[in-house]
Amino acid sequence: MDKITLNVNGQQHIVAVDSETPLLFVLNDDLGLRGPRFGCGMAQCGACTVIMRGQVVRSCVMPVRVVGQDEVTTLEGLGTPEKPHPIQQAFIEEGAAQCGFCLSGVILTAKVVLDVKPDASDQEIRDALGGILCRCFTHTRMLRAIRKYAEARRA
Amino acid sequence: MTQSRREFLKSCGALIVSFSAGSLSVSSLEGQGQFATHPSHVDPKKLDSWLAVRADGTITAYTGKCDFGQGIFTAQSQLVAEELYVPIGRVTLIQCDTSVCPDQGTTSGSQSTPTNFNTENLALAAATAREALLGLAAVKLGEPVEQLTLANGVISSNIGHHVRYEELIGSKRFNIPLSATAKRRSAPDWMVLGKPIPALDRTALMTGRFEFVHHVRIPGMLHGRVVRPPEMGATLVHVDEQSVRSVPGLVKVIVRKNFVGVVAETQYQAGLAVRKLTVQWNPGPGLPPQNGFFDYLQKQPSHDVVSVDSRDTEAQLAAAISVIRAKYTYPYQMHGSVGASCAVADVKPESATVYSSTQSAYPTRSIVAKLLDMPIDKVRVIYVRGSGCYGLNGADAVSFDAGILSQEVGRPVRLQFSRQDEMMWENFGSACAVEHRAGLARDGRIVTWDREDWVASLGNRPGYDQPGNVITGMLLGYEPELPEPRFAKPPTGKLRNQSNTVPSYFAGCIGGSCGGDGTIRSERALTHTVRSPFFTGPLRSPLRIQNTFANECFMDELCAHTQSDPVAFRLRHLQNSRVIGVLKAAANAASWQARSSSRADTSRTQTVSGRGIACVAYEGDNGYAALVAEVEVDLQTGTVRPKRFVIALDCGPISNPDGLRNQTEGGILQGMSRALVEEVTWDPQRVTSVDWETYNSLHLDYEMPTVETVFVTPANVPATGAGETAITVTPAAIANAIFDATGARLRTLPFTPERVKAALRENSQSDER
Repeated sequence: MDKITLNVNGQQHIVAVDSETPLLFVLNDDLGLRGPRFGCGMAQCGACTVIMRGQVVRSCVMPVRVVGQDEVTTLEGLGTPEKPHPIQQAFIEEGAAQCGFCLSGVILTAKVVLDVKPDASDQEIRDALGGILCRCFTHTRMLRAIRKYAEARRA
Repeated sequence: MTQSRREFLKSCGALIVSFSAGSLSVSSLEGQGQFATHPSHVDPKKLDSWLAVRADGTITAYTGKCDFGQGIFTAQSQLVAEELYVPIGRVTLIQCDTSVCPDQGTTSGSQSTPTNFNTENLALAAATAREALLGLAAVKLGEPVEQLTLANGVISSNIGHHVRYEELIGSKRFNIPLSATAKRRSAPDWMVLGKPIPALDRTALMTGRFEFVHHVRIPGMLHGRVVRPPEMGATLVHVDEQSVRSVPGLVKVIVRKNFVGVVAETQYQAGLAVRKLTVQWNPGPGLPPQNGFFDYLQKQPSHDVVSVDSRDTEAQLAAAISVIRAKYTYPYQMHGSVGASCAVADVKPESATVYSSTQSAYPTRSIVAKLLDMPIDKVRVIYVRGSGCYGLNGADAVSFDAGILSQEVGRPVRLQFSRQDEMMWENFGSACAVEHRAGLARDGRIVTWDREDWVASLGNRPGYDQPGNVITGMLLGYEPELPEPRFAKPPTGKLRNQSNTVPSYFAGCIGGSCGGDGTIRSERALTHTVRSPFFTGPLRSPLRIQNTFANECFMDELCAHTQSDPVAFRLRHLQNSRVIGVLKAAANAASWQARSSSRADTSRTQTVSGRGIACVAYEGDNGYAALVAEVEVDLQTGTVRPKRFVIALDCGPISNPDGLRNQTEGGILQGMSRALVEEVTWDPQRVTSVDWETYNSLHLDYEMPTVETVFVTPANVPATGAGETAITVTPAAIANAIFDATGARLRTLPFTPERVKAALRENSQSDER
């Protein structure tokens, strides 16, 4: 076991885990977070997505030892039920979920794309979501919510 | 739904039904169907089993139909709020916890709405409670019931006296049976039902607070993994426990017959143990080649069922002016849940609790009891939502497996399947072949239609007593449900079209009574069920999508042969007013131009476009849909691009239009993914679709077509299911649109560019001939 310090959603945590443990397991099991979820364990679906250094990361394949001092933001780090982040608010308003298991990948990836390029086209947004899977096929509502957020952000 | 696990358990603890009451034996449950409400230790005939008014005036309702993303949690909360005149926020719904909820079998088959939203079960309970409260208020206020009104959980008399529900019955039992005469509130009066109330789970989902079964954590919990065989039929030779001696945190290697698992302190360590564990297997018997599989399927011994047979189709075919024949094939497809299945089990010597995302809480309880050799009333299954399942994904198997692991180590175990555990061993949607022959009269009318289908089947939902229907049971030595070869018996009774074997255009006459939706009286539908080399089980629209693809495409072929308009030609052979209703509504909403297919597009540009239609009476009488698809086809690459879908849907009174729209859009787009890219693959030994590189699904970068939804709502009809209707017609509508655009007929899913190009080549060759 190794003692590892992590900065997650604005808080510092010290965990005792094997340093090869995937970040996802630490977030779920040691920190009790529910945003990132185990989908495939192979970086193929996006359900485990978190944000680090302004980029999306697949936490299921990232050993916790490489996280270092970088701030990790999960879906629950974006906003709260009382005060959701505007992109979460757009998803709430559009009802852009069915089972909702995939949402970390969808919401966090869209947020990062628009942080980097606020005027990203629909095509660019879709391209960025290429590695994200939603098997309920809520695609249309999700894209509508992302567009709504993007437009409000630009305004 | 956002409450923590601790609060959730606390709320269950306050309950009115006791957990240790005796349970009924399995045999008394037989013959009642997997979706029905069954007698159990929670008596569904008693009001208190369904509903309680708490001391603070809130309502707790108990249901055996659970939400896995289809919106039924919100809709059932609306139902209770509606019948009891309370705001929806005052209703707490407890779903599928076997300690407190009635046994409603399996949440599946588009049966939750017909079961709980018409005149029985939860709906009847809520109506009974309202009438009982009015009766109590009448006594308390000294006014006749007719003089009383309800609003916001308060009953008022017309001379200004009031009493709250909790003052009448708060935290006490009603102690009355469900009243068969209790009157449901009628749809035109609805205040909460019928409204697009936002799904109650939305905020928790979008902000990452929602608890999936993957997040259940209990004190002292360990982590498990399973080690599956490399292929179907492989048997265990040896497990070398020495190979994992160095794995830190390893608690136990578990072997029971062919079942192998490991338990460790952490997920990471469990994964490490799986990677290092040396397991030796005897190979399985091998698999029939994927190429040519349907020819193999059609040659196997089969269990035959005739749905309808007028016994004159051969003679009518011989006499027909022209005979059209075609064969359709449909591949194995996967549930392919985004989240690999997970369950948490806490098995103690005297009791067991399993947190499970199964669609079948009570049946799962029964199987867990059997596998753990425990009395059934000592086992509790608590439903906690998992990743969307669309049918029998890995949720049942992982629940059984977790129970075994926990029993072996005597501590709570969380079991997480790997992607491969999930995809290689789930119960796939059945592969299916359909052969049609139809005879046409001089005027283009269909005079006879004969169809035979071959369905691959092995296993199913485990139900209450067949663990062998999924992988866990098979590994432990239980037999799966198998199609017993036998010849068909003549059909009797009323036409049953549960699997949509019978096309909508058949009159469906059995013994002089005609239960079909159409006018064709020379008719035969024969189904051969054949042993599948893989496990199969219900996948959203099970067999209905396969059959409807074949039926609605072949109808389109007949239509093209007679150079008729596809809508008019269908109408000519239909008599069911609700199928006719959706067909006309869809055509109207899509501005359908009446003409025959294929479109005479002689320009031969790179990209051609076309439109197609398909319709269905889902399961014969459980929802009606017609779908218009507009597609573009790239003639060079063979790529199909759906651009627009217009669906008309009739499912009777609608509980939540926004939820229904969400289900309908998702159903169509999932159907599109299945039509265009999804197919399970295998090599001579094993399934090779084991992850998202080897099983295709349309990702979020796919440019989705627009979806327009029209609801047709006839008055005074019961509510039907709606979660599977839209997907059922999607592959056929797309294939018919491809034909309209190109003249090429796609008779095999998925419509890959290679298959489209092959069909285009075949079409141009036949044109030249």
